[in-house]
Amino acid sequence: MRLIFVSIIVLLLASTIGLGTTWITSTRGASVGSLTIGAWTARPRTGSAEIDPYSRASVARSGELPIGTGDGIAFTAATDDKGRTLDGRCDVVVSGTTPPARFWTLTLYDTQGQLVANSMQRYGFTSEEIVRGSDGNFDIRIAARARSGNWLPTGGLDKYLLVMRLYDTPVGVATRGQRDAPMPSIATTGCP
Amino acid sequence: MIRWLFTILGGIVLGGLVHLVSVLALPRVASKDAYSRLAQISRVNDVTMLPLAEPRNALMPFQDPAFATAICRYDLTGGSIKLTVPVNQAYTSVSFYTRNEVPYYAINDRSAGRRVIELDLMTTEQHAALPEEEDVTAADRLIIDSPTPTGLIVMKALAPEPATMVQAQTSLASATCKVQDPSLPTSKR
Repeated sequence: MRLIFVSIIVLLLASTIGLGTTWITSTRGASVGSLTIGAWTARPRTGSAEIDPYSRASVARSGELPIGTGDGIAFTAATDDKGRTLDGRCDVVVSGTTPPARFWTLTLYDTQGQLVANSMQRYGFTSEEIVRGSDGNFDIRIAARARSGNWLPTGGLDKYLLVMRLYDTPVGVATRGQRDAPMPSIATTGCP
Repeated sequence: MIRWLFTILGGIVLGGLVHLVSVLALPRVASKDAYSRLAQISRVNDVTMLPLAEPRNALMPFQDPAFATAICRYDLTGGSIKLTVPVNQAYTSVSFYTRNEVPYYAINDRSAGRRVIELDLMTTEQHAALPEEEDVTAADRLIIDSPTPTGLIVMKALAPEPATMVQAQTSLASATCKVQDPSLPTSKR
């Protein structure tokens, strides 16, 4: 009787721990082979046949298609450079330089990876349509209300994600940090 | 006391096993993965244009809204596939995924180096069965080996500005993805 009781506890404990950790790693993602530059994180190996089991599980669960290595690489940011969660009610400025690439796009998603509805139907910018300063640098202003210049609306979400995708770029598995891939900075400049 | 210690320890060890098995099994049992989602709206060995990514209608999460996208869900059991994708003005890429979304190959217009990206997709066995003389001319011809008999080809054309989206869609619309004639030597067994 006692043995049965103990075995049931062991099995319960095992399934809770096992499935719990699987759920956490497949939703939040394990940091296996990830490349972090400032607030940006990419997983260069998810774009190739060398994708790790954790990324495979998270890709299968979310239903997304990871960008292939010969195509480009995707960097995701959930916080600004100081580690503060990106808040759609605040003013956030993305500025500076981008790594070498033929094209890049910057897109704003909610935490589920869906685009955020807005009256301008603007969900992001491409490197071609951005308005630049005379020195070639740019800043993108992310806010709920209209801003001058490159304004990216947030729809007032309390949390969002920024994804910067570089297409036809040398940035990839061999990239180590900011020097190879100068990612733009993200700064929260004001909150109501 | 010692019994409880063993109980907890046993639970943790078994839990680790459950974790490993479930992580490895997840891609096989997932029913809302990208392939399954796309299977509902696409035919096998044919090009399907995907609707533009918009809020709330997105078929898959994290789609790039700056791209027009078309897919070809392939099945190589009937022979190898010939894929042609016209290149648009800005940027065009073709990515290959296995049935379980492993991106095993991707190429863009510049590395293809032509106005039209032309590829032959076949299984390793079909590639091995190619006659020798065909392999010599293969330098001129891009052959991709698919690790699985079924999978996904994703074709993307960039619209650098919203006004060029129609053009990007038009160029993708004339892409073709067809099983090659079995009488041709390409798929001879």
